[in-house]
Amino acid sequence: MSDVHIPISQVTRVSKGASGAKPRFWRSLDELAGSEDIKVWLHREFPEKASEFTDPEGRRQFLQLMGASVALAGLSSACTRQPAEAIVPYAKAPEQFIPGKPVYFATVLSTDGAAQGVLVESHMGRPTKIEGNPDHPGSLGSTDHFAQAEILNLYDPDRSKSVTYRTETQTWAAFVAAIRPVLDAQKALKGEGLRLLTPTVTSPTLAGQIAELLKQYPLAKWHVHDPIARRNAMDGARLAFGRALQPVYEFSEADVIISLDADFLGLGGDKVANARAFSARRSFDTVADREMNRLYMVESSISVTGSNADHRMAVRAAEVEGIARELASAVGLPVEKGALPASAMAKSIVEAMIKDAKVRPTRTLVMVGETQPAFVHALGFAINEKLGSLGTTLILTEPVEANPPSAENSIEALSTDMAAGKVGALFILGGNPVATAVPESGFVSAMKDQTKVALRVHLGLFDDETSELCHWHIPEAHALETWGDARAFDGTLSVQQPLIAPLYDGKSSHELVQSLLGDSTSTSYQIVQAAWKSRIPAAANFDKGWRRIIHDGLVPASAFPAAVAKTTPGAWMQAEPASNQGDLDVAFRLDPNILDGRYANNGWMQELPKPLTKLTWDNAVLVSPKTAKRFSIPEPEGSARGSFVDRVRLEVGGQSVSMPAWIVPGHPDDVVTVHLGGGRKRSGKVGQGVGVDVQSLRTAGSPWVRSGGQVTRDGTRYGMGCTQDHWKMEDASERGLLRTGSYEEFKANPGFAQHPGQPTEMGSLYPAHPYNGNKWGMSIDLSACIGCNACITACQSENNIAVVGKEQIMMGREMQWLRIDRYYEGDSESPAVHHQPVPCMQCENASCEVVCPVAATTHSDEGLNDMVYNRCVGTRYCSNNCAYKVRRFNFFLYSDWDTNSSLTLQKNPDVTVRSRGVMEKCTYCVQRVNEARINSKNEGREIREGEIKTACQQVCPTQAIVFGDLNNAESAVSKKKASPRNYVLLQEINTKPRTSYLASVRNPNPELHPGASEPTEGEAHHG
Amino acid sequence: MASSQISSLGTPVMDPKYAPLPLVAPGHTNDSVTEKIAHMTMEKETPRAWWLTLLVALAMLGGLGTAILGLLFVGIGLWGPNVPVGWGMDIINFVWWIGIGHAGTLISAILLLFKQRWRNSINRFAEAMTLAAVLCALQYPLFHTGRPWLAFYWLLPYPNTMGLWPNFRSPLIWDVFAVSTYGLVSLLFWYVGMIPDLGTLRDRAKNRISKVVYGMLSMGWRNSARHWSNYEKAYLLLAGLSTPLVLSVHSVVSFDFAVSLIPGWHTTIFPPYFVAGAVFAGFAMVLNLAIPLRWLYRLEDVITMRHIENMAKVMLATGLIVNYGYFMELFMAWYSGDFFERYMMKNRVLGPYWWSYAALMLCNVIVPNTLWWKKARTNTIWLFIVSLFVGVGMWLERFVIIVTSLYRDYMPSSWGYYKATQFDWMFFIGTGGLFLTLMLLFVRFLPAVPMSEVKMILPGAEGRVKR
Amino acid sequence: MAQLFPKQANGLSQASIAAGAAVGASVLLTLFLLARSGYATGAGTPYDQPVPFSHNHHTTGVGIDCRYCHTSVETSASASIPPTQTCMNCHSQIWTFAPLLEPVRQSYRTGESLEWRKVNDLPDFAYFNHSAHVNKGVGCTTCHGQIGEMPLVFQAQSLQMQWCLACHRNPEQFLRPKNEVMAPVWNPPANQLEVGMKLKAEYQANPRLSCSTCHR
Repeated sequence: MSDVHIPISQVTRVSKGASGAKPRFWRSLDELAGSEDIKVWLHREFPEKASEFTDPEGRRQFLQLMGASVALAGLSSACTRQPAEAIVPYAKAPEQFIPGKPVYFATVLSTDGAAQGVLVESHMGRPTKIEGNPDHPGSLGSTDHFAQAEILNLYDPDRSKSVTYRTETQTWAAFVAAIRPVLDAQKALKGEGLRLLTPTVTSPTLAGQIAELLKQYPLAKWHVHDPIARRNAMDGARLAFGRALQPVYEFSEADVIISLDADFLGLGGDKVANARAFSARRSFDTVADREMNRLYMVESSISVTGSNADHRMAVRAAEVEGIARELASAVGLPVEKGALPASAMAKSIVEAMIKDAKVRPTRTLVMVGETQPAFVHALGFAINEKLGSLGTTLILTEPVEANPPSAENSIEALSTDMAAGKVGALFILGGNPVATAVPESGFVSAMKDQTKVALRVHLGLFDDETSELCHWHIPEAHALETWGDARAFDGTLSVQQPLIAPLYDGKSSHELVQSLLGDSTSTSYQIVQAAWKSRIPAAANFDKGWRRIIHDGLVPASAFPAAVAKTTPGAWMQAEPASNQGDLDVAFRLDPNILDGRYANNGWMQELPKPLTKLTWDNAVLVSPKTAKRFSIPEPEGSARGSFVDRVRLEVGGQSVSMPAWIVPGHPDDVVTVHLGGGRKRSGKVGQGVGVDVQSLRTAGSPWVRSGGQVTRDGTRYGMGCTQDHWKMEDASERGLLRTGSYEEFKANPGFAQHPGQPTEMGSLYPAHPYNGNKWGMSIDLSACIGCNACITACQSENNIAVVGKEQIMMGREMQWLRIDRYYEGDSESPAVHHQPVPCMQCENASCEVVCPVAATTHSDEGLNDMVYNRCVGTRYCSNNCAYKVRRFNFFLYSDWDTNSSLTLQKNPDVTVRSRGVMEKCTYCVQRVNEARINSKNEGREIREGEIKTACQQVCPTQAIVFGDLNNAESAVSKKKASPRNYVLLQEINTKPRTSYLASVRNPNPELHPGASEPTEGEAHHG
Repeated sequence: MASSQISSLGTPVMDPKYAPLPLVAPGHTNDSVTEKIAHMTMEKETPRAWWLTLLVALAMLGGLGTAILGLLFVGIGLWGPNVPVGWGMDIINFVWWIGIGHAGTLISAILLLFKQRWRNSINRFAEAMTLAAVLCALQYPLFHTGRPWLAFYWLLPYPNTMGLWPNFRSPLIWDVFAVSTYGLVSLLFWYVGMIPDLGTLRDRAKNRISKVVYGMLSMGWRNSARHWSNYEKAYLLLAGLSTPLVLSVHSVVSFDFAVSLIPGWHTTIFPPYFVAGAVFAGFAMVLNLAIPLRWLYRLEDVITMRHIENMAKVMLATGLIVNYGYFMELFMAWYSGDFFERYMMKNRVLGPYWWSYAALMLCNVIVPNTLWWKKARTNTIWLFIVSLFVGVGMWLERFVIIVTSLYRDYMPSSWGYYKATQFDWMFFIGTGGLFLTLMLLFVRFLPAVPMSEVKMILPGAEGRVKR
Repeated sequence: MAQLFPKQANGLSQASIAAGAAVGASVLLTLFLLARSGYATGAGTPYDQPVPFSHNHHTTGVGIDCRYCHTSVETSASASIPPTQTCMNCHSQIWTFAPLLEPVRQSYRTGESLEWRKVNDLPDFAYFNHSAHVNKGVGCTTCHGQIGEMPLVFQAQSLQMQWCLACHRNPEQFLRPKNEVMAPVWNPPANQLEVGMKLKAEYQANPRLSCSTCHR
């Protein structure tokens, strides 16, 4: 106990406490069964955390932290016989249905604005795991972490389960009957008061339905509100080209990439495709392979993309525009100069960047992020055009949005109409605008005003803030429950097919709109299929074509053609240069895990350590070390009960919120970043009140940044669940854990990562293991890894990994098998960032195996360190003796054992659900290995190279992870391990890890990176 | 409470100036010894202090029960450990108790073999203390696991339906054997040594029940020459048998750490260093018990200043070995030139848990070294205090070894902290209660000082001592 | 003074030593046997089923192949219990009105499943794969017993880990030619070991002993 020096004093103190606590404890023992009073108990247990345990009942129910009944089951299981089990076969079995064999279906998920093709694994009719669809351009076989998390959303027990009017439960029929008169009235008015509000829609079918609706109600309006929508990009295109166009990037062609606040690896429907193409130019084993691209990142906050930049300029929002103007005038565009960063370093980088761009103009790609205003987007297009890269590195196409966001269809316009009483009936098809719309837009107030809109209808997955303010709430069918269609980022068309009947009898947007069209009975299937009749040419063999499309998961060659467009030089270019207002910008960003809060109720997303901060279950005021000094914000203070920071009052434009402040090296100075999506009021048991809602600080005019902020410490401390950052990543170079060098070094000495004088072969007291068959191994390419977190979520989904909750995270008990270590290199003002995924190393001389008293972890004949959950008694010796600390322990009954919970339907039947008191760790997805082995044996053949993909490998957008047979010299993994960049962690302790790394190579501009002959490594820097 | 007889003996005032002090105060006869010691048991009404301490002890024991129930129902998560610090109070306290258990066997066996006759009046309750301590220690390896209901038999090699053996490469299995053997032999040694006295108690017992009970326990001891010769043989054999155990047990326990690869654990000096530390702590605990007991039952003339001082000397000697261990750890970390070793040591002394190392130095280095002075060695109050310090110090030593090695090992990304929870403390105090209860019952029902052996060292009885 | 114990106390005390040892030993022995008894393993007891389906009649009697009902036994982890449909394939023709079969007909009419009591029930943490065994010459009866002689099915083997390992360590004791795998009643030939060895080589039946073979 860090606050007690002499235990004796503690003993006396506590013995009083204990005896005082005894009666209380007795009571809570009983209560723990149906434990109502867990809160009190936890407060005693984690005194610092008392205030944080909001909605204890619910959170506990979800997390299944404990429950005497189950614990007792655990007890008795040791000494009683097996319970009787029943077999319940089908009365009439469906076709091609083989018990024990999963089936895969192709469909699409539009998690981040555009469709990602996915293959969904289904066991006995229940979808359990989402994989990418290799044929689909938006997926290429991988997915982002959002798509992985969708499976948990599908089974979320908090999903809304019935149609409600106000709060009373109603029926779909009653709803249809109720809206009829309103619609008839609107008919008469040509739909003057009829409004639709949707999130981003790429579905041609839905668009067609709405078009039909607008034909029937000519004066009705279709508004779009979606925090992930690309309003600025579209307006920028409108400025530059006179119409809405979308950029599609050709990274294979781009040698020099200049990103102006564009987080193209972290957000957007094209991030997976971007990541694949981008990293393909950064990972190789011989110089001959290909020229390495170079990324200049100019950003006014922090992002995954920024952490992968070769040169990063952390500046204020206005200075991004300033640099854009600098670039523009350099290529000969008639624009005024704007604000530029003061630092000499930034200046020199800008110069070098411009020089670089001019050397290979056509192979340069200038991209602008959504957080920048329309003007900068327009300028970006113009610069590309001027460089001649328009058409090579940057392709323009029609936008995939059926109704591209604009001023006319914005939620602001809608709110004005509502306030003016022009709206009689409002139908909100999905999304949660009340929580995600900027309050200043007036939408919320208009919704609250009961006198204004006579009929408000909300279709949504959850009974959320929006449904609270609507007359009717219709439970929405999840994308995996219903038919539909969607476009990928490049326009490729796909049909979305359901994996399971709607769990709660939800309706799709198609069905709702169809009911507005007067047909309330036809199903999504009928609607979509009808719409596709026209789309499939030879109607003669429609069924054939239809089936092929559904089977493949896309329509071949349906991507948009490149649009030919020229910028229209005009008044827009003379726009007044933006300049830094005040001495503190507040940058608003979508949360890397829960976006605008739509994943707030998703335990996987809440507990996923955020890419750079490694924070879980919270959002915070992110601030640079220098700016932190300015406001005398102290560094996080690590402890055994969480990392403690100061709460601050963040004030801007008269509004203010109180949030914890977190220091992030490399964050731009004089800027603070806050993530959206926190502080949900009606999200469900998990997300309720997690984090802080910062909407009130935003403005509709510039939703992503607001100047003139003020930060003041309010003196209170706050504990955060951080999985890494409050522990300094010190002495990384001496430890040799992360190895990286510049492209120049690599060309000079490909083996730069090898440590001279380090013994390669050391003996062991134990005889070597023979491997007659396969010998599995893994290689992780640190040049390719962008730190996107998809692997962690995929692992969690594949391996039934429990969510433990913030309190347990703060006690250092996170459960994710795979973690991504984040290293800073260089000074704390503008450090380079490196990501290093760390699964179990599956050591050859495994220190864990030797010490387990009951042989619960042993060496398999294929080299894996098997972990036998049912044999483990929980001494935790293996974890202590693991040099890499990759083992995880079930301190409580973390897993959801409540078989009545819909969450159990998500569990992977091929992986044991771990009980209390059991150690667990990465298994190289041994269930997949076994499946492949048995299949190969049944077919009397060897396991094919690439037949086995681990969950993390399969999902990885950049293919940084390679798994395979080390006994096969031709296997991809063997080749990787032969690379000069190959190295293992802690070689000197002779554990002989099977998971090895390829040293990271960055490509800084040699002019800016003089004399980097010494391989540098992650240095002592802290967050 | 002192009865007329005792005052008639005229207890002499102890004066440290007279050395060597006698092992038994002058004027004692066989009978007076018997009277004095046997009186401590059932024969005399119990001192109020005894009842009060028992009350406290039982309260603490209740805490242990509660903690165990909580553990079984809710989970090991109630305790402090996490990843990376997978062990905390559980193993700290386990090693601590085992260590304390050491003095008993050392005094009984080794000192016996070395013909240190001064041991004769203190060995009995030192052995009892050993047994109690081992019992307390055993609570931890069992209950610190996540699934104790399996741990208690899966660690044993027995013909099971899984067709599996435990992993004999694991030091934890070595522990199982080392500790159980030690416990068993100590029990035998203690019991066999007690048989003649049990006979005495049987003969003096007033009521039938105690007659029968003591009768059974004394196994028909009739004081015959044949009995005595068998007894001496058995006693000597057991002494020989348990002597290596004194060294083996704690060496094996130290392997739990020495065998692993964690900087701060992976150290060859551990076995001797742990054994010395154990004896160190053990003698401290003996003194912590002997001094009050001596006062409570007026035993100054059987547990004389000479005993006390000898024990103090042993404490000083073992203490110095331990100090040497501390120094070697520092030196080796530097001398190895290994980055991780050096970092560990630096961080151990100056890192967030610096206080634990500082306190350790105070308790185990500075304070015990006052025993160089005879004044300190012969002042029971000061000795009592020193012993308390040493007890705490040895606890801190295990805290330092376990926590400050684990919480910052190889990969900074997985570093953490450790803080014990209320349940950790409840359990620890609970085992304290268990220990106290057992000791109290022992002094109440069994001869805490071996009458027979004290008689052997009575002035003039020398001839009768065959050893 | 008076003797505390009668004379025979000596004898008793000596006897008690032996007695104590005996009691201890017998307790251990009981536990040892109990853990292997049918009571603990559930072996040997047939259960009541919704319909008293007789494997004896349908296999040895009528001569239906295992795979007619257990369709996926060669391709999947699960052998699969047939849907009611399968029963009705025949029983819509024969015994159409047998009262015994009413539950089956009812299930077929209503689409309500028949609820069978699981007989051979492995713990959920043990992953057994039928196809892997059947395709390597491990016969049905090796684990399920002489199924062809069972009117009501009961668990024939202990299904304890040591029993699994016995075969995984020395498969030759049990392997049989693939064409006999589905035999409902099967007895090993006199030269089983010899044959087994041959088959082991021929089928490359090298069962693994790594933990992850069955536990994951």
